[in-house]
Amino acid sequence: MTLNWQPTATMGTLRERARLIATVRAFFAARGIWEVETPVLGQGGSTDVHLVSLSSLARTDKGQRKLWLQTSPEFHMKRLLAADSGPIFQLAKSFRDGEVGARHNIEFTMLEWYRPGFTLAQLIEETTALVAHVLPQSPGPVVYYRYRELFHRHLEVDPFTTSLVTLRSLAAERGNMSAQALAEEGRDTCLDLLMGMVIEPTLGQQELSVVVDYPASQAALARRHQDADGEWVASRFELYLNGIELANGYDELTDAEEQRQRFDADNAERRRLGLPEVDVDAHLLAALEQGLPASSGVALGLDRLIQLALGKTRLEEVLAFSTANC
Amino acid sequence: MANYSTNEFKAGLKVMLDGDPCSIVENELVKPGKGQAFNRVKLRNLMTGRVGEKTFKSGDSLEGADVMDLEMEYLYTDGDMWYFMKTDGSFEQYAVEKKALGDTVKWLKEQVPYILTLWNDKAISVTPPNFIELEVVETDPGLKGDTAQGGSKPATLSSGAVVRVPLFINQGEVLKIDTRSGEYVSRA
Repeated sequence: MTLNWQPTATMGTLRERARLIATVRAFFAARGIWEVETPVLGQGGSTDVHLVSLSSLARTDKGQRKLWLQTSPEFHMKRLLAADSGPIFQLAKSFRDGEVGARHNIEFTMLEWYRPGFTLAQLIEETTALVAHVLPQSPGPVVYYRYRELFHRHLEVDPFTTSLVTLRSLAAERGNMSAQALAEEGRDTCLDLLMGMVIEPTLGQQELSVVVDYPASQAALARRHQDADGEWVASRFELYLNGIELANGYDELTDAEEQRQRFDADNAERRRLGLPEVDVDAHLLAALEQGLPASSGVALGLDRLIQLALGKTRLEEVLAFSTANC
Repeated sequence: MANYSTNEFKAGLKVMLDGDPCSIVENELVKPGKGQAFNRVKLRNLMTGRVGEKTFKSGDSLEGADVMDLEMEYLYTDGDMWYFMKTDGSFEQYAVEKKALGDTVKWLKEQVPYILTLWNDKAISVTPPNFIELEVVETDPGLKGDTAQGGSKPATLSSGAVVRVPLFINQGEVLKIDTRSGEYVSRA
C-alpha cells in the first residue's frame, strides 16, 4: 500500500479558501482593525480544564524550557492590548489535543479579534456582520437567545434552579448516557451534555443564533454580571450556524486578581481530576496588573466558517492536510 | 483485554458494553463551546446485530472485547448444531448454535468458506461470502427464448433459500446469488 500523500481538500477548495481569507482580511482592513502575528509557543498555557494543551521542550537562553502550544492567541493578543495596540485581529494557528472529528482538527485556524471600548452587544453585531460578509448567501436573520430560555424551551428545566438530581437524570436520558456515568458529575457537565446533544443541533437553522447569559460558572475569561432575573451570568456569547458553534466572545475580564484566582481554581480542579497542571501565564497577569483597556473579544473557528461557506460536511475537506495525514 | 479510550474508538473496534460485545460503527466528538467534551458513539451489538447510540465523556474508556473473525468451511448439521472447520489446516471444528447462525442458515453450502465471529472462542455470528453459487432444486419450468427481460418467478435453492429468478431459469441450474441482498446475479 502506498502512503496517501494527497491533500485532504481539493485544489479548487483550497483556492476558494484563499479567496475567503482575502475577504476576511478586507473586512477588517475596512474597519481599521490591523492584523497581528503572535507566537504559537508560550511560557504559559490555557488552564481551562476542558482543553488539553500540547507542549514542546525547547532549548532557550534560560536552558531547557517547556513551552505551550497556544489553544488560542488570546493571552498574547491581550498583552498587545495592554500595550495600547488598539483594535487588532489575527488568523492564528491554534492547537487542542485530542479534538478530532467532523468539526474538529487538533491544529486549526482561529480568527480572533479584540475591540477596546466595544460593548459585547457591539461586538456581536460586528461578528454577525463578518459571518454574513464571508458566506456566499445570507445566513438569515440574527436571533438572540438567553441560555436559560433555551433550556426552558427545549427541556422544560431551569439551568440555574433545577435540582442537580433532576438535571443528571434528564441528561442521562436525553444524552444517551448511563446514569452511572453521570452520578458524580456536577451541574455544568449535565448542562454541557444537554446543550451539546439536544439544544445545539436546533440552533442556527435558517438564522444566525446568538446565545447569551451563560451561567457564571461557564465564564472562562469573561466578566460576570447580574442578568434581568438577578442571576449571575457570564458576559459571554456564542454564535451558531447550521447547528455548528462558530464563535465565542467575551466582555473581557480585566481584573488581574480575579484572573489569577480563576487560573488557580482551574489548576486545583485539574489536580482533583488527576489532570496535568498547566503553567499559568505570568506575562498575561503582569499585563493585566498594569491595565488592560475595557475590551470585547471574540474567537471564531475559521475552518468551520469556510466549511459552512463552501457547503462541506467535514472540516478536513477545507484543510490542505488534516491531522490524520499531516 | 486492554481498555480503549474514546479517542481510540474507531470503526470496527470491538468493545464490551453492558456485558455484550459490540463493534464501533461511528464516533463523533460533541463539544459545546467551552465545556466538557463528549463522544457520541454508534455501536453494533454483536449478539443482537442491533445498532444503538451511547454517549461517553471524552477520555472515558471501555474494555476491549475478545472478538475475532475467522474463516471456516461449513461441514454439516446434526439438526441441533451447525459444524464449521478452520481453513488454516488445523482441522479444528466449531459448533454453532442456531441463534448465532441467524439468517445465514439459508445460505449454507458444504466446503464454502464463511466468516465466523468468535467471542471468547464461542461463535456469535456467521457471515456468508458476498456471492455464493447454489443449485435450483425447485422452480416452474423455464420459458424458452426469454433470455433478456420480462418477469421473474420464485426458485428454491439447494440451501433452502427462495429467490426471485428470471423466467428462463430451469431446475438443476447453478446460480450466482448476492447473499447481502438475496438477489439473483447470473447463471454460474
